[in-house]
Order: sequence, then C-alpha cells, then structure tokens
Amino acid sequence: MNTALKQTQNNVVYLYTSKVSCGFPSPADDYIENPLDLNEHLISKPAATFFVRAKGDSMINCGIYDGDLIIIDRSLDPQSGNVVLASINGEFTLKRFINNSEGAYLQPENSKYRPIDINENSDFQIFGVAIHSVHKLL
Amino acid sequence: MNKPIIALADCNSFYCSCERLFRPDLANKPVIVLSNNDGCIVSRTDEAKKLGIPMGAPLFKVRDIVEKHNVSVFSSNYTLYGDLSRRVMKVLSEFAPEFEIYSIDEAFLLLTGFNPDTIEDYLKNVRKTVLKYTGIPISIGVSHTKVLAKAANKLAKNDKIKSQGVYSLLDEHKRIADLKNFPVEDIWGIGRQYAKKLHLFGIKNAYQFSIADSKFIQKNFTVVGKRIAEELCGNPCIELEVESKDKKQIISSRSFGRPVMLKSEVKESLANHISTAAEKLRSQDGLVKSLTVFIHTNQFKDVPQYFNSSTMTLLSGSAFTPRLINLGFEALDKIFKGGYEYKKTGVIFNDIIQKEKSQLDLFAQNDTPREEISMATMDGINEFHGTNTVKAAACGTTKFWKMLSEMKSRAYTTRWSDLLKVG
Repeated sequence: MNTALKQTQNNVVYLYTSKVSCGFPSPADDYIENPLDLNEHLISKPAATFFVRAKGDSMINCGIYDGDLIIIDRSLDPQSGNVVLASINGEFTLKRFINNSEGAYLQPENSKYRPIDINENSDFQIFGVAIHSVHKLL
Repeated sequence: MNKPIIALADCNSFYCSCERLFRPDLANKPVIVLSNNDGCIVSRTDEAKKLGIPMGAPLFKVRDIVEKHNVSVFSSNYTLYGDLSRRVMKVLSEFAPEFEIYSIDEAFLLLTGFNPDTIEDYLKNVRKTVLKYTGIPISIGVSHTKVLAKAANKLAKNDKIKSQGVYSLLDEHKRIADLKNFPVEDIWGIGRQYAKKLHLFGIKNAYQFSIADSKFIQKNFTVVGKRIAEELCGNPCIELEVESKDKKQIISSRSFGRPVMLKSEVKESLANHISTAAEKLRSQDGLVKSLTVFIHTNQFKDVPQYFNSSTMTLLSGSAFTPRLINLGFEALDKIFKGGYEYKKTGVIFNDIIQKEKSQLDLFAQNDTPREEISMATMDGINEFHGTNTVKAAACGTTKFWKMLSEMKSRAYTTRWSDLLKVG
C-alpha cells in the first residue's frame, strides 16, 4: 500500500496518501493506448445485443457447437441466409433463415435435421440476428 | 421563443413485457408480476386486465381467475428489469437532445424546436426502434408540458391500435376536446383524496380543473394543484431534471418472509439492509452522515402493534459497512421492544455527501484508507462473483428474512449461468 501513516496514541494522522513520484518518467508514457477490448470487436450496438448459449448439434456445419456463446444483435434487419435466433410456435431455435422464391424456412446446418417450414399458420418471430459464435478450444 | 415540446415514453406493462421477451410461448397470453415477497400484483398485461385482475391486489384474492384462465404468475426479477430498463433508456436517449429518466420504465424527452407537424412520425420511429432493439413495447405521449405529456401517454395507451402507440396533445383544439373527456382522477399528481374533493366541487374532468379559478385551486389544493392546472393549460411549471443526480437518500428495507420476534433475527436482517445501502452509497462515491433505522409490526394483522424509528448521526461521513452496521445496531437498541411480531425493518441513509466534498475533520473519525480499500475489494469480488459472496458476518447465513420469490425467472441478460440455451 502506498500509504504512509503515523501512529500517535489512538489517532491516525495522514501524512500523505498517494504515491509520490521521485525518479524518471517511463519513456512509454506518451505512447500508451487502451488495451484491446473484445466488447468493441464483437458488439456494435450494446443496447440491442443479447447472449445465448447453443445447445445440441443442429448447426455444426457452420461451426456452431454445443455450449458455444452466441452473440445476437436485434438492431439488424434479418436477411435470407443469416443465422437467426427465432421463436416458432412458442419455442426458441437457432437456425439459418432462408426466404426466397420457394418460400420461407429455417435451415439446420446438419443433415440429420430437417428444415422447419414457416407458413401463415406458424407463430413465427425473429428475435435477432446471430453475429458471432464464441467457441472454446480448451 | 418556441414553446417547449415534451414527450413521455412509458413502457407497456413493463415487468410483464420483460418476462415475455424470453418466453415466446407467453405472447398474447395473460401474465402478471408480483411485488417483493410475492405479495401484490404490480404489473399486468392487457390480457390480464381484461380478465378483471386489479392492480395492487394480493394474489390470493384473484387465485380463482388465475387458475381458471391459466394466467402466468411471476415473482419480480429486478435484475432482469433493471438491465432491460437500461437498454430502453439508452436507445431513447439517442433520440432527444435532453432527456430525463423518470422511473424504471418512464422517461421524458425534450424535443423543443422539432417540427410539430412531423413529430408524431418521428416518435413512431422512436417507438419502433425501441421495440426492435430491446423487444420492449412503449407508448409515447407528447405535448407542451410534463402533465400534458403524461395525459397524452395515457391516451396513447387507451387505444393502442388507433394511436399506434403515439398520441399528441400539441394541437390546442385537440387539447381542449381531449381534456374534457379526461377524468380528473387520472391527472398526474392528483391523488385519490384530491380527486374526491374535486368531485365535491363539481370538477370532474381535466378541462374543468384547468380553467378553475387559480386562487380557489391554490387555497384548496395548495401550490402543487395550481402548478398542475397551469401545466394542463400548456404552461410549463415543472422543469425537466436532465442531469442524472446521485441519490440524496438511500432506502433499503423489506418485509420479513414470516413474522419475526427475536432481536437477533431483526439485527441480521438490518445488517443486510445496511450492507445493501452502503454498497449503493459507495457506487455513487458518497458518504453518509446520518442514518435512520425503523421497525414495525404488520398493521393489517390483528396483533399488538408497534412501530418506531431512531436516527444516528456521524461527525463526518462514512461508507464503511462495519461502522454503519454498528451504528445501525445502536439505533436498533434504542427502539427494539421484545414481545412483538415484527413485519419489517429497514434503514434510510439521510444525509449523503460526495466523497470529494467531505472535509478531513481533526476530531471526527474518517474512514481510513485501509477501510476504503477493504470495501473496494469487497465490492469488486461481489460484482464479479455475485451479490453477497463476501459480506459482514453480522449479516448471517440463514437468510430467513429473504424475500419470497418462488416464481422468479432467470437473470437472462446479466448472469453467464442463466443464459438461454437454444438448439
């Protein structure tokens, strides 16, 4: 602790409470930049950004694995081909959103699973667009 | 000079909307949220309102409706609401040069100088953006004063489909026409007592109130009533509080989960409240010079009643939790009486000063650097590992006093372990 204290009976008297510099300033002082911030790299609209965790293997072909941290940005307009967090008939799912002349559906990235059709009868909503997946290597 | 243009943005059924955001299965279904200790209903969706569930009612009174219509019931999850509120406020603040957060779910936007002819479209875009970014639906009322903006907001909510969530009372003819249909008891700042009194004088709608004789209003309804009447006429009297001021007073209190008779249990609960308040105090770089401790029994229960409070002062400010707990215990010693079933205890920090403004007092006992560092360390650990990871021993470990929250949702947005898992 950079604190000098002088004890006089029961009272503590402060002589000084901050570091007194005596010596040469660091030559790097003029060149200091802020450390790299991952938030800045991964998130552009903090108020609209939410995190969820991927579950299962339905998206492994696009590199989303069980337990990965998925960053969702609600501010973006979903485009056909985006991976989205959507709710269909009351349940959340993470899939690729396809909307073309053949219709609209949610495409898994694993041949074990079938696409989910979206039609007028489905209660469908896109929560947000997935913009990053953070995967642990260890 | 331009007349001010003030908008009030207010989240629709805010707590319920927060709960629904992560429960798509609850869209268009009745939802209610209960207060601390799962006591009373504090938020209802439109679907729940239509079932006749009243605001503020205790859950047991509407148990039948809840079961019959399968209403979803939540305990309040302030961690979640606080985070979503922060997001809503952030988005709103980007749409107005000046801005005042009025409550967890309301904010005033100062839009003076904006074109009144296009302001409704502008605000519809604000509403759309907040909903898109945060998932929280809001309504916006706009006019020349805060009281009128609040009234316009109510009109926006009354008919959400027609208003598309935005209602303007900027136009003079519209103002008069709408105030004639606006019940006096719904005016911002008019309590139930004032409304009753106004009805006795034959004043039933907001327009009548606005044109009533100002001497008569001041005599019967104080200067507050007079200001409200002025505001209803479109003359601003209530300033926008733009700066987010640090709290001048911090209160931490809560009802016990069950009646409490033992002093040791009251002390434990009090120590926890003081710890919570002290943490808030440190987060705003404040020091407290005076604190009030209060205890009371349940006034709605047919048991012997007792309530009392005691205030202690410090020569100079402190933010050191153990010192404040000791002081709180001294205060409690003065007022605690055995033999009563206590319902609630709490602490109020009254006299809060800024740390840099405090003076070193030769005779007073200031927080030492060592004490300051120990508190900063504790706050750091608790921020990282979760509330109450490190706390004063006086806070105990039993948590018998902890609020009931049997139906609480997860901290979806603020805790790694609570993130939604999606396949």
